[in-house]
Amino acid sequence: MKFIAEIDVMPLKEILDPQGKAVKLGLRNLGITQVEDVRIGRHITLELEAADENTARQLVETACKKLLANLIMEGYTYKITSLA
Amino acid sequence: MKFGVVVFPGSNCDEDIIYTLQHTLGQEVVKLWHKDTDLQGAECIVLPGGFSYGDYLRSGAIARFSPIMEKVVAHANQGGYVIGICNGFQILTEAGLLPGALLRNNGQKFICRNVYLKPQSTSTLLTKGLDPDKTYKIPIAHAEGRYYADQETVKELHANDQILFKYSSETGIIDEASNPNGSLENIAGISNARKNVFGMMPHPERAAEEALGNTDGRTILEGLVAQITA
Amino acid sequence: MTLSTETHLPTVDTAKKLGLLPEEFEKIKAILGRTPNFTELSIFSVMWSEHCSYKNSIVWLKTLPKDSPRMLAKAGEENAGLVDIGDGLACSFKIESHNHPSALEPYQGAATGVGGINRDIFTMGARPIAQLNSLRFGNLKLDKTRRLLKGVVKGIGDYGNAFGIPTVGGEVFFDDSFNTNPLVNAFSAGIVKTGQVAKAISYGVGNPVFIVGSATGKDGIHGATFASEDIGEHSVEKLPAVQVGDPFQEKLLLEATLEIIATGHVIGIQDMGAAGIICSTSEMSAKGEHGMEIHLDRVPTRQANMVPFEILLSESQERMLIVVEKGKEAGTKAIFDKWDLNCEQIGTVTDTGRLHFYMHGELVADVPADDLVLGGGAPVYHREYREPAYYKEYQKFDIHTIEDIQNTTQITEAAKYILSHPNIASKKWVYEQYDSMVGIANRSTNAPSDAAIVRVKGTDKSLVITVDCNSRYVQADPEQGCAIAVAEAARNIVCSGGEPVAITNCLNFGNPYVPEVYWQFVGAIKGMKKACEKFSTPVTGGNVSFYNQSSDEGPVFPTPTIGMLGLMEAPENQMTIDFKKEGDIIYLIGQSRNDLASSEYLYSYKGVKASPAPYFDIEEEFAVQALVKELILQKRIESAHDVSDGGLLAALAESAMPRGLGFNINPDKNVRLDAFLFGESQSRVVVSVKPENNDAFLDALDNSKVKFSLLGKVHAADFRIVDEPILTSAGAKELYNNALGKIMEE
Repeated sequence: MKFIAEIDVMPLKEILDPQGKAVKLGLRNLGITQVEDVRIGRHITLELEAADENTARQLVETACKKLLANLIMEGYTYKITSLA
Repeated sequence: MKFGVVVFPGSNCDEDIIYTLQHTLGQEVVKLWHKDTDLQGAECIVLPGGFSYGDYLRSGAIARFSPIMEKVVAHANQGGYVIGICNGFQILTEAGLLPGALLRNNGQKFICRNVYLKPQSTSTLLTKGLDPDKTYKIPIAHAEGRYYADQETVKELHANDQILFKYSSETGIIDEASNPNGSLENIAGISNARKNVFGMMPHPERAAEEALGNTDGRTILEGLVAQITA
Repeated sequence: MTLSTETHLPTVDTAKKLGLLPEEFEKIKAILGRTPNFTELSIFSVMWSEHCSYKNSIVWLKTLPKDSPRMLAKAGEENAGLVDIGDGLACSFKIESHNHPSALEPYQGAATGVGGINRDIFTMGARPIAQLNSLRFGNLKLDKTRRLLKGVVKGIGDYGNAFGIPTVGGEVFFDDSFNTNPLVNAFSAGIVKTGQVAKAISYGVGNPVFIVGSATGKDGIHGATFASEDIGEHSVEKLPAVQVGDPFQEKLLLEATLEIIATGHVIGIQDMGAAGIICSTSEMSAKGEHGMEIHLDRVPTRQANMVPFEILLSESQERMLIVVEKGKEAGTKAIFDKWDLNCEQIGTVTDTGRLHFYMHGELVADVPADDLVLGGGAPVYHREYREPAYYKEYQKFDIHTIEDIQNTTQITEAAKYILSHPNIASKKWVYEQYDSMVGIANRSTNAPSDAAIVRVKGTDKSLVITVDCNSRYVQADPEQGCAIAVAEAARNIVCSGGEPVAITNCLNFGNPYVPEVYWQFVGAIKGMKKACEKFSTPVTGGNVSFYNQSSDEGPVFPTPTIGMLGLMEAPENQMTIDFKKEGDIIYLIGQSRNDLASSEYLYSYKGVKASPAPYFDIEEEFAVQALVKELILQKRIESAHDVSDGGLLAALAESAMPRGLGFNINPDKNVRLDAFLFGESQSRVVVSVKPENNDAFLDALDNSKVKFSLLGKVHAADFRIVDEPILTSAGAKELYNNALGKIMEE
């Protein structure tokens, strides 16, 4: 079965996100002063072949833990949808 | 000639270009703070190298919204001279004053070293005074310098003679081996169609004194000053 | 006001968990006259960690020479050493380790190391103008090593490049002993007008205390304690102890800090690195013999609900503590506003000598400042040391057990091996990721020299800087090895046209409670003392990093990295390593010896791991350097390059390759061929001389007692030994330049 995993990798809440901080400053220069916090991460989509959703989930977990996210400073969430 | 060097938060080659223009080339220079909205009568605006706003999001993406940039854009639209070096070039493309974009180097790494440039355009002020058969040794220092534009734009760059420099070998061969970052057609610098806005990734100000063992950059900057004041 | 009482006061077990010894817990109780609460205990635990208190090293550090007429701040007095360079200017410089953070998260670990060392420099009012680094990694064949190297180099590059200070030199060394625990030592040097130096001090009752820069988060809490423990499996649980660096913020902080110092209203300023707010409040107060009243709830935080000990100990980066004159609050805020930085008054200076920390009006900690710090109440230990068994074993090495090189084929094979060995080959793959030219002050970009040469704008002077240590020599013989590190640093500066001025050191060792490890530390200090006295280069400060070992693989090679500052008075004194012209005559200043000890050739190519440090005589070294200085000043030579790692052949190759030249030399008949070409005996310099200057050169040498020999001539395009080609210059360059890149990009 084919699945699509939509993964969001985000800096951990307790860790500084310098990029988000600088973008907040930029938004202020644009006149958008209402923004209270900006955090920037990565959105990753994976298309994968797996026997069932559970297997796909395990593969995505491994991919996130081992490569896509640096667990020392990033967390991840994902959504898996079947293409069938 | 009065130059105005814009200082963005995170600019770090501002003092270098100021020193070179003032000290080495004897030009008048004013510093323009990014929060200001007055160009103080500067005739040529320089956007220096560095990491404006930490280069976060995309290089130059946040700096283009600095208050001073509105005036810089207006200055350019009235035909005033603007030159962007390295991060300055990135800001000019983000601001739409120059076509194309600067992407992450194909080697995915920051590169700092001397490269050779071959002048291309014979009709822009920055390259007019240079010898088109010579190569110029100028340092680069960037992680996002891979010039990219769509085919249509590149066609126009050629048609209007807007390509300032291409990366080449020491002997002037323009090929993949002499392309440090994967830039389209080895493009290292361009001008706008009107030829009053210039952008280049290499740093001529880092090669402008005997003390640094290289004066090729001074030749380029002197050429610009001579052409503008001519 | 009385201290809020906690129902459960910490016990000796909590103290132990925080890394304190039972006797230290008793000492704290005696100091306070009561049992500390948890916040107070945390305070003592970080302030009395090795990282902040130097409790296991200070006894020996105090034996190092500190005086010279140029010294403006002595070791330990300020955030970094301060040396008078004339023209009303001073140079502030220091080296510091970030080994343990880099072992866990190489990118952020190295980046924040660069940030920390630069803050030490600009907190004194000096604008940094040059950065260097000294790195040690394990075996490059391991994936882990390549990952660490990539991360560390990218971290140093991304931080330093964006901060905008050139990285002008450094060293990278690989050995299996660093497989688990790499060493990341970062150096920075800055320039300040002698009248505008800022101090890390606090006084003047009622003066406001500000925290400026980034907001305080929960990152790096207990980092200082963490840094003082063995790296073992249990440290994985402590991973959130990683801090994230923001070079953009640091750049803004640099500009704002120099601007506020220039107002003249700053009483004292200190950056916040290890141990955060508690470290700067206590050190500044102790030094100024005053106290502070600090309201922790006024500290800008990144997260809600941070508790007092978290705010006190947080190692969030890019922050400073500033005490200004009362009445200058508004001006202070205006400067930091301009740079979009936080600037909050969190307290005031008091005359109590104590630190009172409040949270929402409630007193949460009350500790005497002086008892927390080095030189005050912090414990000082004499550690036991013992000569390890390996030392005598290493001394037994006999060169006769090694078969000498017999023919040209063998020379070529060995030369190729040495020139492409990661310890010898070009570190281009590394240094091209660093911006080495920003600031338009690097004189070495287009003129290679043994040390980095950075001009001081507005004067004729240049700083000449190098970082050196051959860890293998120090392992073989700590005393001799460390003396060699100092001597080599001085030699590099002299060969570049400079005069050695002072050093900073970064002492990377294993667990100090292991007597054999502590023996290495003591030996290194003795060697450093001897050499620093000889070369008149006092120690201006630095950093000690113990516990560089893994639980299972033993300690790293002891690595007392020497960061040496030199001064070049005039541009015309600059000397380069490259041969200039075919036909120039090549000489060796100093003496070839039958010595292969601890050479890369013996250790890696021949696989002999146990041998003593290479031959070194400090008087001979001193004389060689004095002579080279003379030859440079009298303009007798065209190039100078010291013979170090890889031996004579590597030195000749490095002189020949920049201009695509070669050489044709004759070996010394009194010395074995392998030792002649690849031995690493010290105190040797390869120089080249124009034929028309030959007589003058020989005259100069006649007046000197230093031994020298004619090696041969600069040749076109290939390397020859007695006319027999062993390598082409282009072929050697290809090997030398690309060896490391090939391994890394595979």
